[in-house]
Amino acid sequence: MNETSDFSAAGELVCPAGTPAALRTAVDAGADSVYCGFRNATNARNFPGLNFTAEELEASVAYAHARGARVLLALNTYPPAGKVGLWRDAADIGVRAGVDAFIVADMGVAHYIAETHPGARLHLSVQAAASSPEAIRYYCQHFGVRRVVLPRILTIPEIREIKREIPCEIETFVFGNHGLMVEGRCSLTNWLTGQSTNMDGVCSPASDVTYEREADGSMRSCLAGFTIDAFGPEENAGYPTICKGRYVAPHRPEGYYAFEEPVSLNLGRLLPELMAAGVHAFKIEGRQRSKSYVRSVVSNFRRAVDDIRAGAEPNLADLVALTEGQKETQGAFKSKKWR
Amino acid sequence: MELTLGPIAYHWSAEKKRDFYARIADEVPVGTVYLGEVICSKRAPFFERELPEVIARLERAGKTVVLSSLAEVMLKREREATAGLASLERPEIEINNASGLFARRGRPHRIGPFLNAYNEATIAWLAGQGASHVCLPVEMPSEAIAAASKAAGALGIGVEVQVFGRAPLAVSARCYHARAHGRIKDNCQFVCEEDPDGMPLSTRDGGAILRVNGIQTQSESYVELLDELPALQRMGVSHARLMPQDVDMVAVAEVFAACLAGHLEAGQARDRLGGLCAGTGFSNGFYHGAAGYRRIERIGAAASS
Repeated sequence: MNETSDFSAAGELVCPAGTPAALRTAVDAGADSVYCGFRNATNARNFPGLNFTAEELEASVAYAHARGARVLLALNTYPPAGKVGLWRDAADIGVRAGVDAFIVADMGVAHYIAETHPGARLHLSVQAAASSPEAIRYYCQHFGVRRVVLPRILTIPEIREIKREIPCEIETFVFGNHGLMVEGRCSLTNWLTGQSTNMDGVCSPASDVTYEREADGSMRSCLAGFTIDAFGPEENAGYPTICKGRYVAPHRPEGYYAFEEPVSLNLGRLLPELMAAGVHAFKIEGRQRSKSYVRSVVSNFRRAVDDIRAGAEPNLADLVALTEGQKETQGAFKSKKWR
Repeated sequence: MELTLGPIAYHWSAEKKRDFYARIADEVPVGTVYLGEVICSKRAPFFERELPEVIARLERAGKTVVLSSLAEVMLKREREATAGLASLERPEIEINNASGLFARRGRPHRIGPFLNAYNEATIAWLAGQGASHVCLPVEMPSEAIAAASKAAGALGIGVEVQVFGRAPLAVSARCYHARAHGRIKDNCQFVCEEDPDGMPLSTRDGGAILRVNGIQTQSESYVELLDELPALQRMGVSHARLMPQDVDMVAVAEVFAACLAGHLEAGQARDRLGGLCAGTGFSNGFYHGAAGYRRIERIGAAASS
């Protein structure tokens, strides 16, 4: 572990890295911290072609540290019984590589790291779904958790209230994919594909995706053969993420977004309010994204946070422009009407 | 292996619940009954008045009664409900959220399926903090169930697996029942009461796949592990959970009891169950490490993932 890591500055930008190249890009673009995972089930973005080997992690940590950035290792899935060793090994490798913190969800994994590597810094993953002061305090009390990544279901006043009652830092998602289900409690992908989000780190996996074109030019986007959405000849067929599909219900025979429309989260406008509410770190989602995406999003958020820290008016329009042309949302953060 | 009845996931009227538990008390061969609102805190007040009498009735009938806590805890009323439950000396409680563990402070309790006790390390940790019994997450495959049961057995705590009923697949902060009716959670008008077995969701080409139950998403088909009961027993699973569906649950429990007692072959039992649950498919994919919705016919044929 890098004991000298400084996590004290509020407004920390926590950026995604699906590959060593993306990590370097994020660091160069101004990330304070970069999060990543190994090429296996120990993290929640276990996608083909993504993630790090032990050697890559070690080199990446050196790259980040040389430039004053930190590396957070995501070990945020739930080991099924009999396979706990893979997660323990991953933690040990992370310690040897000198990562600055572990992002964990499973109590067994948290307990192992707290016992075996008492100097290690633990962050509670959003996958632990700790959405009340009591739940957060449980993890702080027993595993020494220093930061909680809050589920994307709380309004800013609710975050402010939570901050008053917990002894650790708060990290919130500010940009990227907007999951609808309580993280760490969703087995929809496993129901349709046989691969589990919690145990395998997989969500609506590309290997199960097909696009079926009909004679009239309409298109169905399918996961494991199930039609998750259907599109007219003029529409762009979206990716078949189960919780963003259109379904038919007795009162909605026309088909509707039963859970949520395919929108991305963009809290660019709310950064000052979030900082005032006591949010310590801002997380950008997207370990599956390209280097150019990472560069653009990270550098824009970097400028905004620096402006806010300097007491200047941030140019929030730039952040808003990042999702221009796409549907975006402020999710639960702005209003509880979202629920 | 003992049969248990899990908590009612749906918003049944107080009268329907009262009648249901009267029959459970008098007629059903289960040893343990889990009570309480696990899904939506807005529903809880409707049955709170009735609870003491229902508990007394079930206990008079010789059942072990366990009160289950909410899966999602975020709002003030949810935090208070969880703390209130955790302060009870009896009956036993089943905790579904870490906020309940915090409030329980190491006193004895059971662990519910929403707490994510997936492995031996977590089970050992929880047992050290007062857990006497663990209900495993519904998506665990047989090898993991076996390893978890072995660990639980060594710790001397009970281990439970859902063997009947819709699979709980996801929870959310948003109410999808309200959404389907153009409302939000705060003005839902309890529209979920219209769907005592969940609101069906079909794909746009007509395949029924999911059910909405307020903030919860469930499977369309029922999990059914009749064939797998002997294997579960051999693994050391101590309790088999039947989730209440809007079917004749007395008869469902009788089928499982007869099967466990060896009075009924699994095949016959499934035929009988099929008659009781007409129109609903059965699934056992999760157990076999396959897509959950699948129905795998023979044990061993696809036992590994």
